[in-house]
Formats: sequence, structure tokens, C-alpha cells
Amino acid sequence: MASTRTAAQGAAPLRALALLAAGLLIAACFWSGARADEEDIWPALRADLFGERAVTEDTTAVSLEAPYRAEDAALVPLTVRIPAQMAGSVKSLKLVIDKNPAPLVADFTFGPAAGAGERMIETRVRVDMYSNVRAIVETNDGRLLMATKFVKAAGGCSAPALKDTDAALAEAGKMQIKLLAGASDGQREGELKIRHPQYSGLQLNQVTGYYIPAKFLRVIDVERAGERVFRMEGGISLSENPSIRFSYAAGADETLEVKAEDTDGRTFTGRATPKGA
Amino acid sequence: MRNDVRSHLDRRAALRLLSALSGLLAASTKISGVALAETSPNASGTSPFAVEIAPRVYAHKGHVALYAPANEGDISNAGFVVGRDAVAVIDTGGSARVGAHLHQAIRQVTQLPIRYVINTHMHPDHVFGNSAFEADQPAFVGHHKLARGLSARAERYLAINGELLGADVFAGTKIVLPTLAISDVTKLDLGGREIIIEPQKTAHTDNDLIVRDSETGTVFLGDLLFSEHIPTLDGSILGWMSVLDTLAQAPAQRVVPGHGPPSMPWPDAAKPIRHYLQVVTDEIRAMIKADHTLSDATKTVGFSERDAWQLFEDYHVRNVSAAFAELEWE
Repeated sequence: MASTRTAAQGAAPLRALALLAAGLLIAACFWSGARADEEDIWPALRADLFGERAVTEDTTAVSLEAPYRAEDAALVPLTVRIPAQMAGSVKSLKLVIDKNPAPLVADFTFGPAAGAGERMIETRVRVDMYSNVRAIVETNDGRLLMATKFVKAAGGCSAPALKDTDAALAEAGKMQIKLLAGASDGQREGELKIRHPQYSGLQLNQVTGYYIPAKFLRVIDVERAGERVFRMEGGISLSENPSIRFSYAAGADETLEVKAEDTDGRTFTGRATPKGA
Repeated sequence: MRNDVRSHLDRRAALRLLSALSGLLAASTKISGVALAETSPNASGTSPFAVEIAPRVYAHKGHVALYAPANEGDISNAGFVVGRDAVAVIDTGGSARVGAHLHQAIRQVTQLPIRYVINTHMHPDHVFGNSAFEADQPAFVGHHKLARGLSARAERYLAINGELLGADVFAGTKIVLPTLAISDVTKLDLGGREIIIEPQKTAHTDNDLIVRDSETGTVFLGDLLFSEHIPTLDGSILGWMSVLDTLAQAPAQRVVPGHGPPSMPWPDAAKPIRHYLQVVTDEIRAMIKADHTLSDATKTVGFSERDAWQLFEDYHVRNVSAAFAELEWE
């Protein structure tokens, strides 16, 4: 099977894929699905991300919701929850998609305004082929705890930006910040949406014949009244028009401030204050 | 394009049965050519690939199905208009092989040169038969944004659909881009017969156009109109509704949808799709207003429409995702 994988990435990928499909009869349902199960790349990926450190599957420390079959591979919703009893001792969260060209989707570093109640992060990602998706939290005492889900999807990373390319470019940088209702145990929920094409570097520009250079939101800082909720460092696997829903601590001043910067050094800022404040 | 193997097989079996039944029906009752058109030439060997829906205007009905070896990628409608001097082809099917069937059907009707091959939009089931017409050296006609959209997706379209059909059935299929890019309403002359190409704003895709035959009042709507087959959203749901509303104001004797019957009354044919798009829009707007997420929306929105459409399971949730991502920014 390893030779198939190599051939599929070589000079005649279509022919190789077509032959592969014929060989597997109908079992090869759609492309890359057949390849995705061939090898477990997690051990190598884990070594790249964490060196020698152990990463332990522990769904009592972190849970991950993801659709088993993603209908739109460019727009796969993921929800991570860290239970209240863990939240205080978690300092960061990494989202990883094993088989994506850029497996590290996002790295969240939490601050004091993330709060002590149940912590939630929800976002949308691109999934390039059938892959394990992982949420890995790091505790203050240096443990790495993980939740894993398998997602069937194909083609999210090279999917052309936006259904309407012109609208995507015209409106980059617009921001929506919402304070959501339904707060409990001292936690609030907020939602941040930023218009950005999130070019992956894998999309072809037909006019020039070259791939569109990667251009994406590199870092997003979210603060509540001057205190960090989280800093997110992200890559091309975050869907275009990034959307992040997150929990944060209640406080006397619940103004949310957001600052984002893309790979071109363009910065985008926004803030939202509670109604009636 | 997405489904699991089992439902794929079940659907194909069901399609074969349906195909066989409609052939029997047509043979025993001599109902219209429209019904005959529901069987592919491979299924019966005798029924016409395309039916004459108006004088010298022909339409082919593709299977309402996903790409599968048994249907050869013949899953969308196509057609052609014959003038005094030349022929215009509207869409070419989902593989070079389907394009060849269409070519053969044209040659059974006329030996006139094929002057234009028009693609109503970039999707593979409408453009992958183009290569079967290259030898005729026609002008390949498409919306000015078609080349950009198709090129960006070409590699993936070829890979996915090639795998779904298998190398043998897919052989000869390649990308053939427009040589005549349409930015404004354009008249094409077939000799004593003009057809009008009308590019649209972003709707089903960002590169839709329609083809109007003034002589008979026939309009080829491409995938701006779906019937039987659930609509698939790859452009803008708001734009699509707006385009349909505008087109509904323009009279037509008949229209040819991109999927569904080869000929339908206008504007009545637009009602189900317009309804579907409105239901999805209304329900997503309510979800957004109530601070629900895209994920929430994919679990509830539009499921009242389930029984109204074929292939609902294959495309509906994706439509909701795409529409949500659009409507959250309105």
C-alpha cells in the first residue's frame, strides 16, 4: 500500500487513483478515503509536537465533538469541552488533524479570564482527508491529555476559498463579536467571527497558474476587560471566515476585546460590551 | 458525490429498476417521448437519448443519481438547438462517454456543424463531456467566471469523479475551458436562429448562465432550476432566490432544468426549489438570531423538505452548512 501512496503523489496521480479505484472495486468510495487508513501517522506527529512526552487519552479531562461524516470538508464544526474540575489546571489546548497538510489547527493559550467553570471552545476546521481529529490539553503540571474523534471528510484544505471568490476578498477583516445568553456558574459565552479567506496555499490561481500564497489569521487575542481569555495561534486548517465560540469568566466589566493579525501583518480589532452596560 | 457504499449500491439498484419500469411503461402505453427520455440508450438500446421538446430544440434527461459506473456520469440534463446553418449544444454530461452519447444523438438529427458548446456552469456533471466535441472545433462558451472556478477545482473534480466512475468509464474525460467568455447578454447565430446567452449573478455557483431560444420560447436554465433532484448550493442562497425571482418575471414557453424532466412549464417549475431555498433561509436566520451554531443548524434546518426531494441525504446538510456560512454575514 505504501507504493500506492507514493504513486498517488507522483506525476500521474489521477491515473494511479483511477487504477486504485478499479482495483478496489466499489470499496473505494471517494478519493483519499482509501489512502487515509493506510498508516498511523500519529506517533510521528506526536514526536514532532511534543517530543518524548506522553500524551494520554483521557476523556474525563477533555471531550471533543465532531461529526463522523463531514458534509462540507471545508467547514467541519468541532466543539471541545473541559469540565469545571479540570478547567483551573488547564493552560493550553491544541487542535490537531493528523492527515491535514498542516496538522496543528490551532493552539489556544488560556488566561485568567477563561474562568474556572466548564470551559468550551467551538470552531470550524478544514479536513483534507479521512483523519483522526484530536483535542490535547496541557495541564499546569505538564500532563498532556487528549480526546480523539475520527472524521470522514475529503478535500477541505484545497477547497477553493469561498463559494463567491470576489465577495471573500472584498469583505476581509470584518468582525462580529457577540456576548451570548445562557450563562451559568460564573461563566459567560462569547462568539467571534472574522471575515478572512484563510488561503491555504493549496488553492490554484487560474489567472496566474500559480498557487495562491498562504494568507491566514496567525494569531487572535481575546480579552475580557484587559485580561486574557485566550490567545489562539492558528494555521491554514482553520476554516475561512473563522468562527470561534468560547466560554469566559463573568466579571464586573464584561467587555470583550479582540485583536487578530494575519500573515501579512494586517491587524483587525473589535470589541463588544454587554447590553445595558 | 458523497455517500457510503451501501446506499450507493441500493440507489443504483433502485435506479435500474425505475429505469426498467419506465421503459416498460413507455413501451406498453406509448406515452410521450418525455417518458421515453427517462431511459438511457444503454438501458434500452432503442429509446432516444434526447427528445424534441420544441421545434428543433432537443433535451436529454440525466439520471437523478450520484456519479456511478452504471450511469457513466449521466446525471444531469443536456440539450441542443439546431439552426439553419449550425448547432449549439447546452451542457455535455458528466464524462467524455456521456458527451459522446450526446454527440451521437445530435448526429442522428442533423449533420450541421456544431458551432457552439455552451456550459451553463462549472460543475463536472455539466462540463465533463466537453472533450467529446473538441474535434468539431466549436466555440466553448461559458460565464466569464467559469474558467477561474473550474480551474481551481479541476484537480479534485477529476480525481473524485474519475474514482467514482472507474478508469474505463472515465477514459477521455478532461477539462475543456471556455474559449468564449460571457460577461454580458450575448446573441449567438445559428443561421436564421439566434440564441441568447444571459450570464447571472452568483446563485447556484458564481458562474451560472442561461440559454434562451427566442424562436420557441425555450430556456435552458442549467442548475438554476432543479426538479426531483435536491438543489445543491455552491454559490449564494440569497443570490439564487433573487435570480429565480427575476427569471420568473420573464415569460417562457418551457424551461429545461439542470436536473429533472427535460421540459417544464415556467414559472411554475420554480416553485418547489424557490420554496426549499426560502425554508432553509428562514430557518437558518431564526437559528442565527437565537445564537445557535452551524452545527445546531445542520441537525434541524429544512428537514421538513426531506420527502420533497431525491438525494436529500446526500446534499441537504451541506446546503445548510453553506447557507449558514453565508447568512451569518448578511
